[in-house]
Amino acid sequence: MTVLLDVADVTKLFPASGGAGLWTRFRRRLSGGPENVPKVHAVDDVSFAVGKGETVGLVGESGCGKSTLVRALTRLVDVTDGSIKLGARELALKPSRVFARDRDRARVQMVFQDAGESVNPRFTAFAAIADPLRRLRKLRGKALRERVETVAGQCGLPLQLLSRFPHQLSGGQRARVGIARAIAVGPDLLVLDEPTAALDVSVQVVILQLLQRLKIETGMSYLFVSHDLSVVRLLCDRVLVMYLGKIVESGPAREVFEHPLHPYTQALVAAVPRLHESGGERLRLTGEPRSPIDPDPNVCRFYGRCPRGTETCKTTMPALRSFANRQVACHFAEQFLPQPRTAS
Amino acid sequence: MTPALAVEGLSVEFRTRSGIVRALENVSFSVAKGETIALVGESGSGKSVTAYAVMGILDPAGRVTAGRAMLGELDLLSAKPKQLAEVRGRKIAMIFQNPRTALNPIRPVGRQIADVLIRHGNVSRRAAPAQAVEMLRAVGITDPARRAKAYPFEMSGGMCQRVMIAIALAAKPSLLIADEPTTGLDVTTQAVIMDLVGDLAKELGMATIFITHDLALAGQRSARIVVMHAGHVVENAPTGELSANPRHPYTAELIAATPDSAQSLDALAAIPGSLPDLRRADLPPCRYAERCPRKIAACASPLPQAKPEATHIVACWNPLPDRNEPAQTVYPKAVSAA
Repeated sequence: MTVLLDVADVTKLFPASGGAGLWTRFRRRLSGGPENVPKVHAVDDVSFAVGKGETVGLVGESGCGKSTLVRALTRLVDVTDGSIKLGARELALKPSRVFARDRDRARVQMVFQDAGESVNPRFTAFAAIADPLRRLRKLRGKALRERVETVAGQCGLPLQLLSRFPHQLSGGQRARVGIARAIAVGPDLLVLDEPTAALDVSVQVVILQLLQRLKIETGMSYLFVSHDLSVVRLLCDRVLVMYLGKIVESGPAREVFEHPLHPYTQALVAAVPRLHESGGERLRLTGEPRSPIDPDPNVCRFYGRCPRGTETCKTTMPALRSFANRQVACHFAEQFLPQPRTAS
Repeated sequence: MTPALAVEGLSVEFRTRSGIVRALENVSFSVAKGETIALVGESGSGKSVTAYAVMGILDPAGRVTAGRAMLGELDLLSAKPKQLAEVRGRKIAMIFQNPRTALNPIRPVGRQIADVLIRHGNVSRRAAPAQAVEMLRAVGITDPARRAKAYPFEMSGGMCQRVMIAIALAAKPSLLIADEPTTGLDVTTQAVIMDLVGDLAKELGMATIFITHDLALAGQRSARIVVMHAGHVVENAPTGELSANPRHPYTAELIAATPDSAQSLDALAAIPGSLPDLRRADLPPCRYAERCPRKIAACASPLPQAKPEATHIVACWNPLPDRNEPAQTVYPKAVSAA
C-alpha cells in the first residue's frame, strides 16, 4: 500500500503558565525566558503512517492529545517539532496561516465534531458547502452550483434542503452538511473528529454507512477520531491508541480490540458497555492521569494508574516496540503475546 | 413490595407558539426499593421530561395533564411546592447531564455539598464543611480537603460528576434519578462513575432511575429497561429478557442499530423514518405506527393495556413473536376501545 500521510516524531508543546498578566511575564523574565516556562506536552514524539485508501482510527480519553494531533495534521496549529508528509509534500514547514491559502490545503480536509456548532449559523447549507469550493477551487456561478449539488447528492442531502440554515436541519442532516463541505474539494485525506458523537444510534448508523460508501466511491483515506470503540472497530482497518500525548498501542482494529496488549487498551476495552453482558468483575482503572505538564521523561506515562506498575516503569519510559503487525509501548507486552486472551 | 416510585398514566403537554406539544402520554412504570431501572430512548423520546415532571422542575410552558407519581403515600405531581421542597434532596435526588453547567460556577464544591447537608441532612453549620470533605472522599476524590476548596472549572468532567453525585447523595435519598450521568465522559471514566453510583446505591439501598440513550450501557447497569419512543413507553421488561427477546418492533430495531455486537457495518440496520411531530392533532394511537414495518389494521385502535401483573409489557398490537413460548403467546389483553 502506498503511504499517503507520513507523520514522523511530531511534538506539540503548549506553554503552561497562568495567563499573560504582568506579574507572570515579570516572573518568566526572571526565570530565564520562554524556554524555562513549564510546557504541556500535548503530543509527544508521535510517528505513524496512513496508507492510501486506509481508515485509521485514533482513540484515547479526553485530554490525551488526539485533538491536538489532528489539528496539527490538518495544519490548523503549528507543530513544535517533527515532520508531516502528505505524499511527497512536507506540510510542517509552512506556518498554518500561510498554509491556509496553499494549493495543498484542499488535500487534507476535516469533519468537525458537532456540525450544529461547526457550521456557520448564518450560512445556508449551500453557502457552507460552497465556501471551500470558492476559496480553494475558485469555482463560481454555474460550475459552483453543479459541484455543490453533486456533493450534496453524494452525501444524501436532498437538494431542497440546501437553502436552509443549520438550525432548520436535523442532527443527521447537519452531519451530512459537515461531510459534504469537507469532501467538496476532493481531498485525499479526510480527518473525522467524532462525527457521530452528537447523534442518536439510529442516525449514527446511517452516517457511518454513508462514510463507508463515500470511501469506496472516492478512494479517500480516513483518520477517524473517536472514543466510541464499538464504532472504531466497525469502521477502521487500523487503530492507534493514545495516552497522554504518546501512542501506546497500534495495530489492526479487530486484533487490538480482541487481544489488547497494553494495559491501558485493556482497561479501555473492558470499559466498553455491552448489551448482552452484565457488568461483572472488570479491570478498573484507579487514580487520576499523570499531569501532562513537563512529565518526567523516564517514567511511563501510565504509571500510577496501571494495574501492573513496577519499579522498571518508574525508571524507564517504555519504547514503542513492534510485534508482527502490532506496536506496543509496554515493558510487559510479551506476557500477553504467546497466549492471546480469549475474546472479551 | 411497595415500589419506591410508581408513575401511573403520566401525560405532559408543552404549550408553544406553534401549538401544543404532547410530549408524554400515559407513561407508567415503577421502580422497587433498591432496584435500578433504565429509561432508554432516542433524543426527543421524553425520557428527561419524565424525570423533570417527577421532580417538579418542568419548564413553565410544560403542564402535567394527567397521572400520578407516587413516592410512598405522596403524589409528587399534585404536591404543594413546600411539600416538594421537603422531599427533593431528602428523598429524591437527581444527577444532571452536564456536571459543569449544573454546578454553581462561583461557589467552591465543598460549600455546595455543605449547603445540601445543612438544608436536608440535619447537619449543623459548623459540622457541615468537615462532612462535605468526607462526602468527597466517599465518591473517590483524592486529596478531598484540598479539592473541597476548588471551583468547578478547576476540576475535570469526571471529578465534577463525582461532586454532583456527592451532592445528590448527601442527604441519603431513597430514590436517585440520574439523567445521562456519563454522557460526554470517557468510557474509562464512565465505567468508574457507573461503578460508583452502583456501589453507593447498593450501600444505601437506594432505588435508581437511570436515563440514557445508550442501550448497551443500560443493559449492563440496570435490572429492568423501559424503552420510550415519542412520549410513549413502548416496552418494559427485565434487562436479559429485553435484549434476548425484544417484542416491540422499535426495541428490536434499536438493538439492531447498536454497534456493540455487530460484526460489520453492513450488519447494522438504521431505523427508517423519524419521530412524528408531536404537535400534530392527528397523532396515531401508536406513535411508532408510521415508521413500523409490522403495522396492521389494529394499530389504528388505542394501544393495548398491559395486565398489572405482567413483567414484560409491550405496547403493540402486532409484537414480534415471543421466543420463550412460541406456542402460547401472552399478548397483553385488549381492553375494549373506550
